Formats: sequence, structure tokens, C-alpha cells
Amino acid sequence: MANIKISRKEFEEYVKITKEIEEQIPQMGVALERIDENEIELEITANRPDLYSLQGFMRAFLAFLNKKPGLKKYKIEKPEKNFEVKIDSSVKEVRPFTACAILKNIKFNDEKIKEIIDIQEKLHQTLGRNRKRIAIGIYPLEKIKLPIRFEARKPENIKFQPLESDREMTGLQILQQHPTGREYGNLLEGKERFPIFIDANNEILSMPPIINSHKTGRVEETTKDIFIECSGSDFEILNKTLNILVTMIADMNPEVKICQMNLIYGKDKKITPDLTPEQIKIKLENINKLLGLELKEQNLSKLLEKMGYNYKGKGIVEIPAWRTDIMHEVDIIEDIAIAYGYNNFIAEIPKISTIGEISEIETLKKRLAEILIGLNITEVLSYHLLTQEDLKKLNQKPNIEVENSKSEYKYLRKDILTMLLKTLSENVDNEYPQRIFEIGEVFNKDSNEETGIKEDSKLGITLADPKTGFTEMKQILDYLMRMLNKEYTLESGTNSYFIDGRCAEIKVNNKTIGYFGEIKPELVLGIKVKVPITGLEIDLKELL
Amino acid sequence: MDKKQEILESLSLNERKILPLLKEKVIKEIAKKSQLEEVAVLRALEYLGNKGILTLNSSSIKQVDLGVNGILYKQKGLPERRLINVVADKKTISLNDAKKSSGLTDNEFQAALGALKKKALIALTEGNLVFNGNKEEITTKTLEEQFLEKLPMDFEALKPEEKYAFESLKGRKNIIELITNNNVNFEVTELGKEIINESKNIKGEDLIEALTPEVLTSNSWKGKKFRRYDIKSPVPQIYGAKRHFVNQARDYARKVWSEMGFKEMTGTSTQVGFWNFDALFTAQNHPVREIHDTFYIKNAKGKLPDKKLVEQVKKSHEKGVAGSKGWRYNWKEEEAQRIILRTHTTALSAKTLASLDIKKLPQKFFAVGKCFRNETVDWSHGFEFNQTEGIVVDENANFRNLIGYLKEFAKKMGYEKVKFQPSFFPYTEPSIEGYVWNEQKKQWIEVLAAGIFRPEVTEPLLGKPIPVLAWGPGFDRMMMGIYAISDMRELYKNDLDQLRKIKFLSQ
Repeated sequence: MANIKISRKEFEEYVKITKEIEEQIPQMGVALERIDENEIELEITANRPDLYSLQGFMRAFLAFLNKKPGLKKYKIEKPEKNFEVKIDSSVKEVRPFTACAILKNIKFNDEKIKEIIDIQEKLHQTLGRNRKRIAIGIYPLEKIKLPIRFEARKPENIKFQPLESDREMTGLQILQQHPTGREYGNLLEGKERFPIFIDANNEILSMPPIINSHKTGRVEETTKDIFIECSGSDFEILNKTLNILVTMIADMNPEVKICQMNLIYGKDKKITPDLTPEQIKIKLENINKLLGLELKEQNLSKLLEKMGYNYKGKGIVEIPAWRTDIMHEVDIIEDIAIAYGYNNFIAEIPKISTIGEISEIETLKKRLAEILIGLNITEVLSYHLLTQEDLKKLNQKPNIEVENSKSEYKYLRKDILTMLLKTLSENVDNEYPQRIFEIGEVFNKDSNEETGIKEDSKLGITLADPKTGFTEMKQILDYLMRMLNKEYTLESGTNSYFIDGRCAEIKVNNKTIGYFGEIKPELVLGIKVKVPITGLEIDLKELL
Repeated sequence: MDKKQEILESLSLNERKILPLLKEKVIKEIAKKSQLEEVAVLRALEYLGNKGILTLNSSSIKQVDLGVNGILYKQKGLPERRLINVVADKKTISLNDAKKSSGLTDNEFQAALGALKKKALIALTEGNLVFNGNKEEITTKTLEEQFLEKLPMDFEALKPEEKYAFESLKGRKNIIELITNNNVNFEVTELGKEIINESKNIKGEDLIEALTPEVLTSNSWKGKKFRRYDIKSPVPQIYGAKRHFVNQARDYARKVWSEMGFKEMTGTSTQVGFWNFDALFTAQNHPVREIHDTFYIKNAKGKLPDKKLVEQVKKSHEKGVAGSKGWRYNWKEEEAQRIILRTHTTALSAKTLASLDIKKLPQKFFAVGKCFRNETVDWSHGFEFNQTEGIVVDENANFRNLIGYLKEFAKKMGYEKVKFQPSFFPYTEPSIEGYVWNEQKKQWIEVLAAGIFRPEVTEPLLGKPIPVLAWGPGFDRMMMGIYAISDMRELYKNDLDQLRKIKFLSQ
């Protein structure tokens, strides 16, 4: 997902903004985040990186408005002499593929350069998974001597002056000392060789996915022709990324010439950019079944062209070479639904009979809550995670821990009493008595479980009250069990929360389901409470 | 009944006691003669005021008076006086000796040092206090000292130099205090005068106060009147125990789903990543799976389901199933085995589908539950959130049905006007976002996320690509709206005071 900002003036060079136009944008699946006199902000979903630029968005939008329907065609020039990139087998281990293009007759100005850098960054971050999957480099052609080689070298054998640096650095120095190197260095970490693009003068152009060379890697207003490369691990996605870029730049200016390049992968030869539309077969029957419509074949062309496809008849759809998201017929069907208009579908609830049901455990939880509320005990709800400080306050060892928590909460709770005592400690300034309960899940290690963690539903009660004592909690337990129609027995128990000799172990069906008693004075004072607390915690399994 | 008579019968004992004393005018006097506490007199006056017997006027006067330390210093002298006397005497004296000789406490000594330095009467050189003034200068009383002798005084009447002394002393501990005295005046009304007259004819004993068990069973109430109570006088608020408001909302969601014929799914919050992501066709390099978005359990590795399902899911990602191209990458078992805190209840839907008997369709399920994401905690974010979602598994289900269900669901949440917009989720196609019209705010709000599961999801889980409709509302956002909560943290704060006061869900 990415938000893009378009100047209103530039937008209106394509289409005048009216109320109706404003309403059409979201109907195409692009959220209109904000609009004012100067600017429009759009939110583009992650499946449509081809809409990240004004040009890409407009190409789709003009089709959607039926102003320029169908698959947009681009003229493309065959590779000229030396328009060639030789891919050395040494890159296989580190960054095996590249897709490249040359564009001519570009009239750059600062704004356009900015737009290109902008989409480059967005593609890096989203589709490119922070350059892991795709890294893009753009170079002024006049500073390069063709043909180009893509090879991998030991980092100490790589030496060039990177952008934003005033001196030559080796591959390793770039990773350690250059800001971009530090940011993306992890992508080359542990690799024996680093990939480089190098020209016929043996001048290093860049070290993807990190940085371009200062000498050959900066596009300026005077630049007329450029060389673009995308490198990564999936050739198909690289080719499509390249297509998104070249069609966007071609749309900036009608005089731009897209030139192909020969890519020599050993014996295997490829030519990019390849704007040949992919074809996919769709079945009218499937469309109508999934959407609940009765479309005829003759409706398909119009709907598909509205979404920028061509329909060739007999179920064959031509997909624009810059669409990255089509992997199944359903992707086309969704676009047909969008073209049809989501709000034009007639809602229909099928007449199927199913029986609704609330789960047994939730029904029990609700009953327990009702009984306890009748005893004037209030329900609380706590987080499932605790902080280091919480554990310290309650004198507990760390339980199961999550990795890399962004907040101080990082330990899963092991019981409910912990949470109730924490709640009491946070309410010392509120009125007493404080009678609270919580029903929820607790987490403990257990290698028999598929996750290695056992989760149990438990009920916990604490009463903080000058007058509370063992008897009161025993009465509550007894009432609860009578209301649930459960037999239980008590045995003298020991538990870290309760005063020795004032702690009972509760058994149902001869299984221990929990404990209750008077909380130890040191724990009460430890949470800064100044009245006695009684507590109870039981497992709900045996109560079902 | 006659208004006067009604008032007469509603007079409490205390009110009756002070009625004849009202001519005294001064509250202290009334209290003395009635032998009531001053507060009781004030309260009785207020009640009499409510009954129209008198009109009350209260004004407040601010007074400056000596504090606890002030009283002490008035006798012994301010700390700075005591210190300067010592220093002036010796000219130069070490800090320690000065403290000892002046007999000041730590705090007093610090305060005295500060005050004297400000007046440039002393200097501190190499740990010694040096007298910087002249003897005459310190013989006259300072403004502060003069001020203390004059107290108590009316705050409003302070002269500029007194105001200066006030400002200089008010920050220091308990030397002076500002007291607000409420001055109550009252005026007996015409009605009041008549009632005072007539009240002489009614004896207090003729009216029954509290109906106690003794009064009740002794029959002593017979033939007597009950004193009329002022039914409008305010009483202290009480609070009853109740369910936590989040659980009230969760229960409401359960009710909505079950009314629509959905069966509840339950399951654990910790999940093997396989169910939360892989089974839902979320590629292993998808950003949502990164450690800064999802909570992973440290050093934990889970078990995968049966081989056949794992193979199918792997194929679905690597090469695609049911005519799909797939994500085309090397799917790794280890990645799928990592244990996470579930990021959506859809993990439960995936598990339910995997164990479903497809001969027994159609079926409908729902889940309500806690989900997690690795987030910082602030007003609009939290690492825990509630989610609810439903799925419909039906060979003949289609997009129009999905829209039908969404409209019905929105209606049950109280929204009649709904509109839809295309959206994107990795595991549904088509995907929808539903907006409802909020009449109060006069705006569309996004509350529903929905779609039909992709065949890449259903083929491995169900054995064939049967359509599964799925949707869920933005639950916490909805709750914040219902309870008028503007800060996410409030949902879990457990402030008992707030929980006691919060209103019940109206739906």
C-alpha cells in the first residue's frame, strides 16, 4: 500500500475534476484520501504498483472512464548495436537476474526527476520488499560505454565513489560506512561476492541493491537518454517492474523512445523490456457463477476494456505487461466486477438454512459472569501481555516471551490472578471495597500442543476489602458451584499467592481445578494495597 | 393540600429546631442555641431554602493566615533571621557551624540561605558564609516579618508591600495559608414568616421520622403523620457491578452472528504461522510477516498439520493450484512453523475449513476474538485488538450474496445506508470495503472488510475451490464509537472508577 500525491493542475491536464470524477476514483478501487485546491492524495493498494505514478494512474483511470478504453499500446524499438547486458554466472549466488532498458529523448526537469525517484522508492519499499526482491538503478546513458556487464566480485575488489560520498570506497566500506550501505547492508550480509554493474570502460556503475556510482549514477536536467536496470531474484517481476517504469516515463513525453536491450544469460538470451501482453483464458460460466450475474460474451469486451485489458474473443484476455497482480482467473473476475460497479450489484441473501450457535465455552463464560455480577463483583479485562516491571512488582519469573516487542509489553500472562493484582495495584486511589473478576485465556509451555503452548480459559476473582476473608471467598465458590450444579471437594493446598493454612485446593471430578484463599500480606503490600485481599482462580474445563 | 401545610409536614427535626432561632441571623449563634453542629445548621438552612422559607446568599472571602510553621516563626523568628544573626555575629563562619549555631533543620537552612543570598546579605566562599551587609541593615524588620505580625488579613485588602511579602512567603512550606471562608447570609421570606408562626402549633413528636422496625411493630405510627420527605433533594450516586463493556460488545456481536445462522468457532491466540499466513496464501516474504509487524514467540517451533495439506499449501505458493500461477518462490517449512500471536481471527477460519466435511455444505461460521500486532501503545494504536468475522461456505455462494450479507449485517449494527468499494486483501478476490453512513457525523465511515477466499486458499483447505464468503467489521473502532471513547488504551485500562460509571450498551 502506498499513498501518492498528485498536483491538481497536472491531474486536470488529463481530466477535469468534478463531483462525479471524485466519486469514480474509489469505484475503481483507489481510495481518495484527500483533495484540496492544490493537491490530490490517493491510496493505492499493494496489488497495483502500476498506479503509483500520475501517468500509471491516469492510464487506468481514463480507461475506467471509457475515455481511452482497452490496452494501451507503446511503440518499442529493437536493440541497437551494443545495447547489451552480459550477465555473468557469478551473480547466481547473490542476485541472479536483471531486466534492463534504454530510453531516449527524455526531456527531464527537476519535477520529473523527482517523480521518477519517488516511484522508484515506492517500488523498492512495496513490491521490491525493501530492495530485497527488486532494486532499481537509473543512469545517464552519455556517461556509460555500452555494452554493460552484470557480475559479482569479492567486496575488496569493488572500488568506486558512491553517491553522497566524497571518496572511493570498497564494497565492505560502503556497507559499513555509507548511510545507504548501513540501511540495506543486511541484504548482502554473509555473501562472498557482491553484484556490480560495470561498463565497457570497466567503470563500476553501481552495486545493487545498495547504491549507484557518483560518476555515472546521477540523472540531471540535461540528461536525455537513460539506462535502467532492475535486479533481483524473480525475472518475471523484474520485467514487470521495468515495464511500469518505462511506460510511465514514455507517458511523460510522446517523443520518448523505448529501446530494448539484449540480455545474455550464458546461452540463454532474453530481450527486455518486453511489453507483449500476457494472455489468460477465462470462462463466462465462472464469471457469472462467482459474481451472481448473467453476463453475455458480448458484454465482456466493454467491461474488460474499461479495466485496461483487451478481449480477443473465445475467452482470451490480454493482460497489460505492467500488471503484477494477475495470477488467476479470479483476478480478472474481480476487475470485471469493478467495471460492472460494486454498487450496481443487487444484494441477495441466499435461502439456505443453517443453525446459529454460540460456543459452549463462551456460553459458560457468560453464565459465570452473570452469577458473579449478582454478587456485586465487577468484570475487568486485561492485556494478554505483561511488562518486566509488572513481573517485578508481583515477584514473578518471566513466562513465554515474544520477540522484538515495540512496547514494553512482552511476556504472555500465565494466570489471571496476576492480572487482577495488577489491576488492584493500579486502582489504589479508587474507592474500596474493590471486588473484581476476569475470565480469559492464560498461557503456559506444553510440548504436547501443536504450538508448544497450552492455553486455558480461567476465571479469577479478587476481593480487596477491609472485611474480606477466607470465609467470604469460600461462600462465593460454594454459591458458584451450586448455581452450576457441580459437585466439588476442598483440600488444604499450597500456592504461592496464598497464606499457608488459608489456602484451599478445589477439586471437581477428582481433578484440581484451582485454588482460593487469603493473599499473602507481602504480596498485598507489594502492590501498595492497604486492605486484605482474597483471591480465587479456577480452570473452566471441568465446569463445561 | 395547602402548600403551607405540606411544608409544615415536611420539616425535619433539625429544621424545626432552628426555625424559631432564625431571628438570630448569625449562624454561630443559631448553632449554639440549637445545640447543633454548624454544618448541620448550614444543611438545615439549605433545606429550608429549598422549601422557600428563606433565601440564602453566600459569598466567599479570601483570608491570609499563619500556617503551622508561620506560628512557630512568629515566635522564634524566620530561619533567615536566625541565620543572619549568627553570620553577622561571626562575620565568617563555615556552613556546618552556621547550621549548628542557628539550630535550623536541613530544609530551613536551605531556605534561609536562598533568602539571604537573594538579598545579597551573605556570600558563599570556599565553604564559608561571609557577611556582606552592615549591622544597621539587619536591625530593621523585613517586609516578611512585618507581614507575619499583621496576620490574619483580608487578601483583597493587601497593600503592595504586603502583597510582596505574601508572594515571597507563599511558596515556602506552611508559613502562610490562603483560606477561603464562605459567608452565608439568609433572609426569611414572607412565606417563611407565616410558617414560623404556625410551626409553633405543631409538635415535632406528632410527625414520624424514619419508619424503624420498632415504630412499625409497636403500632406507634397509628394516628400519626409521617414527615413528608423532599423527594427532589439529591442523593449520593451508587454503582452496581457489571460486565466489562468490551465483553458486552463481544456478546452483542455473538448475538448478531447467531441470529443470522452462524456457528461460533473458537481457538487459541497462539498459532502456528502456517494457519495464520501460509494457509491463507500470504507469501512468506509478505511485509505483514516481518518481525516488526507480527509477534513471534521466542525460540518456539510448532507442528504442521498432515503432510498432504502442507504439500498442497506449498504448491499453492510455489507454482499455484486450481489454475493459478502462485507466488513463485521457494516456500519453507521452517518459516511456516514459527509460532505467532494470531494477527486475525481468519486463522480460525482456515483451521475450520481444513477440518470441514464438504459433503455437509452449506455451512456458516463466525469468530469473536482477540488479535495481536507488534505495535506501540498510544491513543490510536495498541498491540491487542478485537476482531469478529464470519464465513459462508457454499458451493453456490456468489458476490451478490456477499453484498446481501454485508447489508444485512450493517443493518443489525444499526446502519441502513451502506456503500461498497473495491479493496485488496492477499487472500480474497474479489475484495470489498463497506462504508456505512453515520447520521450524527454526517459522513461515511469504513467499517467492513470483506471478500471471497481465493481458490489458492480454498483448493488446499477444502480439496476443491468452493467459494467462501468472508467479512468482518472494524470491531474496536465500532466500540470506540458506541462508548464515545477517543483513546484505545481506555479499552483495557481497568480504571474501576470508569468501569463503575460507564453506561450499558444500548443495543
